[in-house]
Amino acid sequence: MKPSQRLNEPMGLLIDRNKPVQFKFENQLVSGYAGDSIASALIANQSWLMSRSFKYHRPRGPLTMAGQDANTLIQLGGEPNVLADRQNISQDIQVRGQNYNGSLENDKDAVLGYFGRFMPVGFYYRSFFKPLGAWKKWEGVIRDKAGLGVLDLNFKPEYYDKKYLFADLVVVGSGPAGLAAALKAADAGATVILVEEQTILGGSLTYNRFDIEGKKAQTLRHELLTRVTEHPNIQVMTDAVCNAWFTDNYLPVIQGKRMYKIRAKECILASGAYEQHVVFRNNDLPGVIMCSAATRLIKHYAVKPGNKAVVLTGNDEGYYTALDLLEQGIEVAAIVDMRAQAQDPILFASVAEKGISIKQGATVYEALATKGNKHIKGVDIRQITGKGQVADTAELIDCDLLCMSAGFMPAYQILCQAGAKLSYDDAAAEFNLSGLPAHLYIAGSVNGIYSLDAVLKDGEKAASEALNSLGLSTEPVADVNCDKKVNYDWPIFSHPKGKDFVDYDEDLQAKDIVNATRLGYRDIQLVKRFSTVGMGPSQGRHSALPTARLVANATDRSVTETGVTTARPPFAPEKLAHLAGRIFDPYQRTPMHYRHLELGAKMIPAGHWQRPAYYGGAGERDKCIQLEADHVRNKVGLIDVSTLGGIELRGPDAAEFMNRIYTFGFLKQPVGKTRYAVLTNEHGVVIDDGVACRIADDHFYVTATTSGVTRVYREMTKWNAMWRLDVDILNVTSAFSAVNLAGPDSRKVLEKLAPEFDASADAFPYLAYRETNIQGIPARLLRVGFVGELGYEIHVPAQYGEALWDLIMQAGKAFQIKPFGVETQRLLRLEKGHIIVSQDTDGMSHPGELSLGWAVNRKKPFFVGCRSVDIMMAKPMKRKLVGFRLPADSAKPEEGHLVIEQGEVTGNITSCEYSPAVKAIIGMAFAGIEQSEPGSKIGIRVDGKMLQAEVVSLPFYDPKNSRQEL
Amino acid sequence: MPFSLLKYGLNKDYPFEKHADLPAPCELKPSYDVVIVGAGGHGVATAYYLAKYHGITNVAVLEKGYLGGGNTARNTAVIRSNYLTNEGVKFYSESVKLFQQLSNEFDFNIMYSERGQLTLAHTDAAVRGFRQRAEINKHFGGRTELIDPQQIKELVPCLNMNPADMPILAGLWHMDGATARHDAVAWGYAKGATQRGVELHQLTEVTDIDVENGKVVGVKTNRGNIKCGCVVQAIAGHSSLLAAKAGFKLPISTFPLQAMVTQPVKPFLNPLVSSPSLHCYVQQTSRGELVFGGGSDPYPLYNSRSTLDLKESLLANAVELFPFMANMRLMRQWAGLTDMTSDYSPIMGLSPVDNYYLDAGWGTWGFKSTPIVGQTMAQLVASGGQVPDLIKPFAMDRFDSFAQVNEMGATAASH
Repeated sequence: MKPSQRLNEPMGLLIDRNKPVQFKFENQLVSGYAGDSIASALIANQSWLMSRSFKYHRPRGPLTMAGQDANTLIQLGGEPNVLADRQNISQDIQVRGQNYNGSLENDKDAVLGYFGRFMPVGFYYRSFFKPLGAWKKWEGVIRDKAGLGVLDLNFKPEYYDKKYLFADLVVVGSGPAGLAAALKAADAGATVILVEEQTILGGSLTYNRFDIEGKKAQTLRHELLTRVTEHPNIQVMTDAVCNAWFTDNYLPVIQGKRMYKIRAKECILASGAYEQHVVFRNNDLPGVIMCSAATRLIKHYAVKPGNKAVVLTGNDEGYYTALDLLEQGIEVAAIVDMRAQAQDPILFASVAEKGISIKQGATVYEALATKGNKHIKGVDIRQITGKGQVADTAELIDCDLLCMSAGFMPAYQILCQAGAKLSYDDAAAEFNLSGLPAHLYIAGSVNGIYSLDAVLKDGEKAASEALNSLGLSTEPVADVNCDKKVNYDWPIFSHPKGKDFVDYDEDLQAKDIVNATRLGYRDIQLVKRFSTVGMGPSQGRHSALPTARLVANATDRSVTETGVTTARPPFAPEKLAHLAGRIFDPYQRTPMHYRHLELGAKMIPAGHWQRPAYYGGAGERDKCIQLEADHVRNKVGLIDVSTLGGIELRGPDAAEFMNRIYTFGFLKQPVGKTRYAVLTNEHGVVIDDGVACRIADDHFYVTATTSGVTRVYREMTKWNAMWRLDVDILNVTSAFSAVNLAGPDSRKVLEKLAPEFDASADAFPYLAYRETNIQGIPARLLRVGFVGELGYEIHVPAQYGEALWDLIMQAGKAFQIKPFGVETQRLLRLEKGHIIVSQDTDGMSHPGELSLGWAVNRKKPFFVGCRSVDIMMAKPMKRKLVGFRLPADSAKPEEGHLVIEQGEVTGNITSCEYSPAVKAIIGMAFAGIEQSEPGSKIGIRVDGKMLQAEVVSLPFYDPKNSRQEL
Repeated sequence: MPFSLLKYGLNKDYPFEKHADLPAPCELKPSYDVVIVGAGGHGVATAYYLAKYHGITNVAVLEKGYLGGGNTARNTAVIRSNYLTNEGVKFYSESVKLFQQLSNEFDFNIMYSERGQLTLAHTDAAVRGFRQRAEINKHFGGRTELIDPQQIKELVPCLNMNPADMPILAGLWHMDGATARHDAVAWGYAKGATQRGVELHQLTEVTDIDVENGKVVGVKTNRGNIKCGCVVQAIAGHSSLLAAKAGFKLPISTFPLQAMVTQPVKPFLNPLVSSPSLHCYVQQTSRGELVFGGGSDPYPLYNSRSTLDLKESLLANAVELFPFMANMRLMRQWAGLTDMTSDYSPIMGLSPVDNYYLDAGWGTWGFKSTPIVGQTMAQLVASGGQVPDLIKPFAMDRFDSFAQVNEMGATAASH
C-alpha cells in the first residue's frame, strides 16, 4: 500500500483526522480515519481494486461512492457482499475482495474476459446439454463460478431487534428538498421523522456544487441544519435507510442493528436521483467513476481521486465537478461534453477561462487500461457524428481519473412499489413519476427538479400537500417548474470489441441487450429474464435507463412503452438478521412442567407445548409405556392434559351456537352433563373433537384437541361473525390446567382428595359434569372414558396446576399412583378404539368412514358441513377406518405404512402399537370397504414385505365398556 | 468449452434471424382451430404438444402480458412428485420424467438440476405423514425415503437440528426433487411451438368469451375478435375471472403467494430444503442466490403486492433453520397469485361450456406440472374432448360428487 494522501480541511466532512484506524485488506495493513468507508480508506491509499466482476472477473473499483453499485461488494470477515463504500472502517477488521480465483490482484479467471465472444448473451441456454446427461457435468463447473462472496456457515447470529414508530410525516432524504419539507411541516405543527441514509444531513449539499464560487451549498446547509436540529417537532434518523414502502405508508427503516417499523400519516420521498454512467468500451475500469463519486471522495473523505482527470458529461454538472477537481489541485485534462453546447453560458465561460480544454459534441469512445485492466491510463476521445456514432479519428489523452455524468435516473424504486408509474419525457430524455397513492408525495430531483431554488420550493410544496392532508394548513399548492436539463439522450457508444457495459453487476454489454431483442426477447421483462440485466445486487440502478433506451431503439417502440422492469422491495439489500429481529419463538409450558422433569419424563413437542411422552429414559420407550399402561389398567395413573384446548361459550344463544357448530344435538343437553362433540368443516370432513360440558343453560365449556384448538376457536368466531348469535366465545386453553386421573382406584384417590365431594357412581355417573372445591382449589370435574377406565378429568385455574398435581400425587400415594405420558395415553385409547383426530383421520375423512355416525344428529336442521356429510354418507363408501391385529411376534407396522389390495393402495395405517392388555399388535387403518368387515384380511406393506393382518371389531379392550362406566 | 459455443464466437454477425427463439409479432387471424388463453408454461406447453405430436398448428396462444410473465416467472422452480394421493403421485411422476428430457427435446437448455428435496418433520404427526408419502412414492416408482436426523445432518451439515425449539425428528428425502430455469421452460416450449406454426400473441388480452348454445365459438380481445373451434384456458391467478366471462363459476379462491431472493454467494446448499411446520422453504439457485418461499397470504386478494409481515416471519424461520443466514442480504421480494382449490389439486378437463377446456386451480404447484399438463391438455384438445385417464381425477365436477383429491398434506410450506 502506498501512503495515504488527504486533502486539507474543510474537505473530509465525514472523517475524524484525530482518530486513525487500521484494518487489513487482502492481508495488507491499511490506515484510515474514523468515518472513512472501506472504499475511501482504500482509495486514500491508492488502492482502487476491490472486487472481481460476476462473469468476466474484471477488476472493479467504486463507481458511485454511495452504495449504489455492486462494484464495491467485498467480504468482511465471514460476511459476504458488504458494500465497501457504505461500510465504515473499524480497528482490525479483515476485509477481502470477492469472486476471484487465486488472488484479487492476479485472478486466474480473468481469462474469461478474453472468451467473452464465446459467451454471448444467454449462451448457457444454447449449450452444455448434449448428449443427454452432459448438463450434470457442466452444471457443477458453472455453479462454482457463480455467486460472489463466501458465507461463513459457522456464523452465530448477533442481537438485532425492531421498534415501532409513528409520525404525522416521514421525510425520506435530507437533501435540500427533504430539509425544506421537514422544516415547513414541522413549523406548521406536524411531528416529523427525517430519515437520512448518510451519517450526516444535507444530501447533495454535502458534496455537490451549485455555484461557480462553490459557497452556496455550504452556507445553505449550515442554515437549514441549524434549524432542523433545534426543531422540537423533528426527529432525525441518520445512517438510516427507508427500505420499502408498504400499503398505507408502512415504512421499514433500518438503522444500526434495528429495524424501525414506522407508520406515517403522510410521507414525502425526497430520495434524490442516481447519476448515470456513459456506455463506452472499458467504462468499468477502476478510476472511471461518476462525477458525484469524485466530489464525494473529495468533500466527504478528503481523498484525492486522481492526479489528472478527464470529465465526460452530458450536462452542466460536469463543469461544476471540473471546478471542484481543479480547486483541489487535480489537473483537468479535458471536459468532454457530449452536447453541442452547455446550458449555462456563464458557467461555461468561467470554466473555459480557467484554461480547461472543453471538447463539445464529443465523447470518450474507449478508456485505455493499464496492464491487466487494473486502472484507467487514458481515454480515446472522438467527435459524435450521430446517435451512438463517432468519428474515425481519435484523440488520445492520458489520465488516471475519468469522471462521468450522462444524467440522472430518479430513485423510483420505492415509489413504483407504491404504485407510481414511470413515463419517459423524450425532450428531457428522462423518466418522470406519476400516479402516486394518496398521502405519498415526492420532491426534489426524484421529481425531476434539479436547480437548487426550485428544489427548495418543491420540498415546501410537498410539505404543503402533506399539511393540507393533515388538516394543518389550507394553503393552495402551486406547481414548481425547473428548466434545467440534466440528461443526455443517447449516452451509449457501442464498440465493436465490446466491454461497453450497460450492467456492471452482470457484465452485460450494449450488444448483449440488443441481441436479446434480436433473439425474440422483445419485452423489457423478457430482456431482463433472458440477459439477466438488472437482476444483480444493485437491481438496475444504472442499467435500467440505458436498457430501456436500447430496447426501445431495437424494437422500434417509445421508451415509455418499453418501460423498466418492476421495482420490488427492498430498496437496498437488507440483512436477514434485520428482518428476523430478535426471533421470537413462543413456547408454552404447562403449570406442571417442572414436576414432569423432576419425575424424569421424556418430553416431546406438541405444537408450541412440551408434553411428557412417558416417564423414563430415551431408550426405554416401549418398556415404559407398557408399564404405565398396565398401571392405569390395574391401579391408577395421572396424566397432565393441560394442553387440551378449552373454549368457553356464554350467552342466551350458547346452546344454539353449539348446535350449529358441532354435529351432535346440544339444545337438550342437560346441565351437568358432558357430550362428545365432533366438528366437521364445510366439506363434511372431521376436523376436531372434544367434550362439551353444559355448566348452565347459557354456559358451555368445551374441550378441543391440543393442535386443533386455535383453528376451532378461529372457525367459531368466523361463523359467529356471520350468524350474529348472542354468545361470547373465549379461548381459555391457557387459563386452565387439567389432569386426567384414571384407573380402577381413581375414585378412591378423588375421595381422599375431596372428602366433601360425593364421587359415588350414583351421584357422579359416567359422562356427568360437576364442580367442586379441592382443598381450596375451584375445580371442574368431567367423568370421561378416553382411556377406557374409571376416570376423571379435573380442570382448575392454571395458577393452581402445580398444586393440584402435588395434591393428587400425595393423595394417590396410598394407591401407588403413577404418572403416565401422552404416548401411553395413545396406547390406552387405541385399545379402546378411540380415534385421535388428525392422526386417525385425514383431509378426506367424513364421520361415516370413522364410524362416528352416532355422533351426528340428523334430526336438527343444520350444522356446519351437514349438507356435505349427507351427500357423502349417502354414497357407497370406498374406505373405512378399521381395527386390525397381528400376532405379538409379527413385524410391527408403522403409522403411515400402506394397506395394499391386489397391488392397489387402498389405505394406510393410522395408529399401531403393541398392546400388553390384548397381548397382540393392534392398530387402526383405513382399508378398502371390501376388506372392512371383522374377519377380513388386509395386506400391509412393512419395509417392502407384505403382512396379512386380521380386521377386528373395535374396541380391542373391554368391548362392553364396563370398566369406564363403573 | 463445448464445441457448440464456438459457432457463436467465431461469427461476428451472430445472432442471425435463424437463431431467434421467438418470432416477431404478427397480426391476429380471424379464426383459429384452437385458442389458448395464457402464454405461461402451461399454455405454451399445450401448444407445443398439439403442434409436435398431434399436427395441430392452427393455434393462437393469447397473452395479456408477456410470455411466461405470470406465475411461470414468479414461482420458485421446485420440481417434485412426492405427493400424498395415488392420483397426485402418478401425475407428477410423469411430469418429472418429462422434465428430465426437456432440454434435449427443445434443443434449449432449461438447466434441469436434480438436487433432491428434503422436507423436515418437527412433529410426530409429520413423521407419520412423511412415511405415508414415502411409501406411496415408492409404490409408484419414485425415489423418496424417510430419513433420520443423522442422515439429515449428513445431507445438509449446516442445518440447525433444533430450530425454534422444534427439533427435527425426521426428513422426507425426495431424490427426484429438482429445480430448473423456470423462464427457460416457457421459452423452450414457445420456441418449439412457434417453429411449428403456432402463433404467440403477447400484449393480447382476452376481454370476453363468445358462447353460443352452450358452446364456445370465439373470443374477443383488445386487438379484435377471433373465431375458434375450441378454447383452452390456462391463466393462473385469474382463472375465476375468465371462467366468469365464459359463464360459469369455478370452485377457486385466489390468494397471493410471496417469495424472495438474496444476493448471490458461492454454492453451499445443494438440496432444496423445506419445513412445513416453519412455513419456509429454501433453495440455492445456480446463480448462487437463495430463494425463499413460504405459505400463502392468509386472505384472498387479487394483488401481487409484497408485505413486510410475511417477509419478517418467513425469514425469522429461515434464520432458525440456518442461523448463519442472518448474515445474508435479501435483494428482492415478490408475489404471484395462486388459484387455490379446497383439496389442493388442480381442475383439468371439461367445463360446463362445450369445447372450452380448463387448466386451472394450480395453486402453488403449477410449475412442476408444466410438461405433463401440456401433454395431457393437448391430448384432450386433439381428441375433441376425450379426457386422458391421468387427469380424470382432476375434473371440475369432483367437487359436486365429493371425489376430491386431497393434497393438503403435501405442500412444501403449509398454507
